[in-house]
Amino acid sequence: MQPDQSSGIIVASPWYKRFVPSVTLSRPILVLVILGVLALVSIVCFMTLGARGSWSFVLPFRGRKLLSLIVVAYAVAMSTILFQTVTNNRILTPSIMGFDALYILIKTGLVFFLGIGALTTLDTQAQFVVEVLVMVAFSGLLFRWLFLGQERSLHLLVLVGIVFGILFRSVSQLMQRMLDPNAFNVLQDSFFASFSTTDSSLLVISLVIIGAVSVVMVRLMHTYDVLSLGRAQAINLGVNYQRTVVTILVLVSVLVAVSTALVGPITFFGLLVASLAHGLVGSSRHKYILPAAALLAIICLVGGQTVLERVFEFDTALSIIIEFLGGIVFIFLILRRAAR
Amino acid sequence: MIIANGVTKTYGTECVVDNVTITLPAKGITSIIGPNGAGKSTFLSMVSRLLDMDKGTVTVDGLDVTKAPGDVLARRLSILRQDNHMTARLTVRDLVSFGRYPYSKGRLTIEDKTHIDDAIGYLNLVELEGRYLDELSGGQRQRAFVAMVLCQDTDYVLLDEPLNNLDMKHAMAMMKLLRRAANELGKTVVLVLHDINFASWYSDYIVAMRNGKVAHQGPAEAIIRPDILSDVYDMDIKVHEIGGQRVSLYYE
Repeated sequence: MQPDQSSGIIVASPWYKRFVPSVTLSRPILVLVILGVLALVSIVCFMTLGARGSWSFVLPFRGRKLLSLIVVAYAVAMSTILFQTVTNNRILTPSIMGFDALYILIKTGLVFFLGIGALTTLDTQAQFVVEVLVMVAFSGLLFRWLFLGQERSLHLLVLVGIVFGILFRSVSQLMQRMLDPNAFNVLQDSFFASFSTTDSSLLVISLVIIGAVSVVMVRLMHTYDVLSLGRAQAINLGVNYQRTVVTILVLVSVLVAVSTALVGPITFFGLLVASLAHGLVGSSRHKYILPAAALLAIICLVGGQTVLERVFEFDTALSIIIEFLGGIVFIFLILRRAAR
Repeated sequence: MIIANGVTKTYGTECVVDNVTITLPAKGITSIIGPNGAGKSTFLSMVSRLLDMDKGTVTVDGLDVTKAPGDVLARRLSILRQDNHMTARLTVRDLVSFGRYPYSKGRLTIEDKTHIDDAIGYLNLVELEGRYLDELSGGQRQRAFVAMVLCQDTDYVLLDEPLNNLDMKHAMAMMKLLRRAANELGKTVVLVLHDINFASWYSDYIVAMRNGKVAHQGPAEAIIRPDILSDVYDMDIKVHEIGGQRVSLYYE
């Protein structure tokens, strides 16, 4: 909203000041530049390292994988930061509140009630759109009730989130047990997506959805900083609180649906990325935090995948490592809060 | 002028604010006093649209607070509550700049910058403007928030217990500042106060609430009287006149 006089300023040292117009670079900008470079490096490494055979095969093959990793990184980063802004906390994320478990439940529910035909006859894209719509409707109801009434205590929200998460998972498991084995097989197949095998037919529709969501996100950009002041201040400053928060929660549900559909649930990744972004940028401005979180997510996913595939030469464990680190961050945040 | 008509708020079976109909005069300082649980803060929250009312209407200069667009009201009326917990990490200047949001939606103009500088100067925050809020004392933070509300440049300024966290010196300075804002800038300041001596010394108009109802209202000298105060607080309160000001004693 105004130049950052406060944040660490790096000034060119005096003796060559005569030749170079004094360069001032605020800390958030510097962090963004460094993260951008790192993200580019991980992308280039991912595309080129250890490539054998013809480039015309390698590039499109890896490009598809890369694109889905970037889509997931972007969706997780944006949904987490916006969710934390709207709920005015730094510990809860959509995944911790059971958003992705809800997605799994909806997918299971569709197969359970509409039969396996729903999965096989409907094409993947139409099916995905239906799932996203149901997801938005349900999460809209749920989170409207949770976050729009009075202000609730964080501990209550964590508890509610965990209980809902378990509920969604248990109900989906119950339905999966009652399915006939063929349907269960098909369904389970669609859950076992991971970072190395994503469904490329979903990628196109995901890109379209992400594009539409981004347009709305940019239009609401000016409200995010005000919302992070809390409900009372946001209303005082004239934000249409109810409508804006509902819109943002809808965007968050869509983003979670996209990333869960592409690679399955990853509980603590968003928390990891958001906490790192806040720590590195030092400012709470969303114009810095949002891109920083997205770049960090890209570095973690693309860089991490590259290291695992090329250096350690195994494929599947990236989510385990991310969950491990993210889980530690979660415990750390809870403990630090308790200590205060 | 703020006109509340039949304003009611009920939690379960308990009526916190019970059918309050009152007109708060424009210009000057109006204090709302009363014992704990009298419904003062709840009433102020409903006037400032932070809390939905169950029944009744509130209009500010003819604008219905529940129906008027948020950004129109934000240029007319501002509210500061006692607890201002936020997760955002901001400098004093960042915070004060938010006061211009209703006008510029985040893109500050030269005029906005003047307002920000004025508000920071008005509250003696010039040396602190680059400091982060979490590095300030309770009193300094309180002043930063008041600067933000002044920067919002509204005719009506509503403050819920603005003297919380302030020592005697800063409490006095805060009240003097609000007095100046009322006199020099022509603002209407509505406060919830616990210290009846501050209310007596600085207010033009006092509203005394008890059990969710308006018990008494009137010019300060009509309310700061032993019989009325004893009735409102349900205890023995003596009022002395010292140097032309009324001082209440209630320590035994």
